[in-house]
Amino acid sequence: MLWNTILLALRAIRRNILRSFLTVLGIVIGVAAVITMVTIGRGATVQVQQQIASMGSNMLMLVPGKRLGPGQSSGSAPFKISDADAIAKEIGSIVAVAPVSSQSVMAIFGNQNWTTQVTGTNNQYLKVTNRSIRGGREFSDSELRSGAAVCIIGETVRKKLFGGQGGLEEKIRLQKLSCDVIGLLEAKGQSSMGMDQDDIVVIPLSAFQRRISGNQDVSMIQLSVKQDASTEKAQSDIRTLMRERRHLSASDDDNFNVMDMKEIAKMLTGTTQLLTALLSAVAAVSLLVGGIGIMNIMLVSVTERIREIGVRLAIGALEYDVLMQFLVEAVVLSSLGGLIGIALATAGSFFAARLMQVPYIFNPGINVLAFLFSAAIGIIFGFFPARRAARLDPIDALRHE
Amino acid sequence: MNTGRRLIEFKGVRKVYGKGTASMQALRGVDLAIDEGEFVAIMGPSGSGKSTSMNILGCLDTPTSGLYSFKGVDVGKLDRTQRALLRRYYQGFVFQGFNLLNRTSALENVELPLIYRGTQARQRREQALNALETVGLKGWESHTPGELSGGQQQRVAIARAIVTKPAVLLADEPTGNLDTARSREIMELLNTLNSTDGITIIMITHEPDMAAYAKRVIHFRDGLVETDKQNGRAD
Repeated sequence: MLWNTILLALRAIRRNILRSFLTVLGIVIGVAAVITMVTIGRGATVQVQQQIASMGSNMLMLVPGKRLGPGQSSGSAPFKISDADAIAKEIGSIVAVAPVSSQSVMAIFGNQNWTTQVTGTNNQYLKVTNRSIRGGREFSDSELRSGAAVCIIGETVRKKLFGGQGGLEEKIRLQKLSCDVIGLLEAKGQSSMGMDQDDIVVIPLSAFQRRISGNQDVSMIQLSVKQDASTEKAQSDIRTLMRERRHLSASDDDNFNVMDMKEIAKMLTGTTQLLTALLSAVAAVSLLVGGIGIMNIMLVSVTERIREIGVRLAIGALEYDVLMQFLVEAVVLSSLGGLIGIALATAGSFFAARLMQVPYIFNPGINVLAFLFSAAIGIIFGFFPARRAARLDPIDALRHE
Repeated sequence: MNTGRRLIEFKGVRKVYGKGTASMQALRGVDLAIDEGEFVAIMGPSGSGKSTSMNILGCLDTPTSGLYSFKGVDVGKLDRTQRALLRRYYQGFVFQGFNLLNRTSALENVELPLIYRGTQARQRREQALNALETVGLKGWESHTPGELSGGQQQRVAIARAIVTKPAVLLADEPTGNLDTARSREIMELLNTLNSTDGITIIMITHEPDMAAYAKRVIHFRDGLVETDKQNGRAD
């Protein structure tokens, strides 16, 4: 009997195919929007997590200045190389320490030039930032000590200066410094903040200080904590040590900041998740509007078909049959809308993911949920018009013009 | 074809619309008996009570007082659902305005009452095709009402009414919207259904010409039966 009712509903929908389509358009758009938002949001979150993992989740960053948020400082005194040495010596849970100074510099090779980030540091930097060398070699101890004019370049810089091939053992110029390319970095892609991590030239810190910045400052220290050691413990150890080295009294605030990548990761994924939830909520409102659209059209449909309902009641349809007919019609309509929406969302989020360069992750849960929700909308918003149809008096209905 | 078995009985049936001073007596105590196999035409001016009688006969309405028994069952004691079931299994309706479903093929229209009966798809199709053949519409199954003439539409409606092999066919001015030639065709068809298939027919009509096809003519006036003639030609 239910199957027959569905059959009747499908016939009724087919009889009014254009109107049926326009009716469910709200549901289609709502379902498609919610699923796309959730899918893209999920992809973005996963991407942020992957990028942070690639940066090394056990990384700490020591930056001068009060805590103002990532990348900002309030102009406190920079560090010295001796600070990095002290941390390496005194804190046991640290496996790698990289003092880092960097500056935007134009790199020149032949008639090609490209403004890039020149970073002065040591070999530990590669370990801390989870980078590896694709060709060539790291710095030697003597090169680091003497501040030799040698550099390791990122993939973007190599492409800009040398085109598709080569680069190794060439000489490039960074301001007044002419240096040999001794290594090529493995490509890392975009960072979670949207920065190109391959747009980099790494040179020995002493070379950077002498030939590029012209001072002995270290603008930040990046550290790697042992896998099984607690980052919280390392953080507080470093804090105590640095307070001592920077001669801060008990009443002074820190004039430096130890940042944990886990914190940054949490903050970033938190932001994406919040945005996803917000956008999905907005999209869900359109689902509600779609439901009201269905109720509206079902009411119109009942009014239009009063005579038909009269005929049905006269030839033996029960109140229940008519109720079910219109209810099933509403549910079939909204479910069809849900299905179309799912198809649209699958295609839409696939292309949007490509466009926004986030991974496309098919999420069966949200698809099933959206389908059930669209069916539920049919039941909720179809019930009132259906009951109205079922309660018609057959005599009045048959006389209705 | 009168088998002599009592199908319908009215005993002192009254129908009052409204309450108090504004009330209107549509039926003032009608006594009537119709046997299986009869072909009855009901006539009378508007307001005479013939439509009210038809609604009560079709279980769409109930008498205010008096007894209406259908196949020996007191219809006044049935609730809305039971009356709907009675219509479903024992009665067929034909309306003046045809009342077919638009944009729905003749076959699907005829199948409709069988769907409510829960008949299996194949059997349903077979019975609907038979009914269409009976009314002379073989080959028109896939046409929608919009593609059919008025006479053909009324034939589809008759097919829909007889497809369930009802005990009685109730026709409310079946020829009201048709020209004389089409009207005569429909009346011939009803006549055949009555004499060949033995279907009891009760029909309301304004036109004496159409009433002439019936075997019995009942005249209503002011909520009462005025005349009740067997085989009579109307005046």
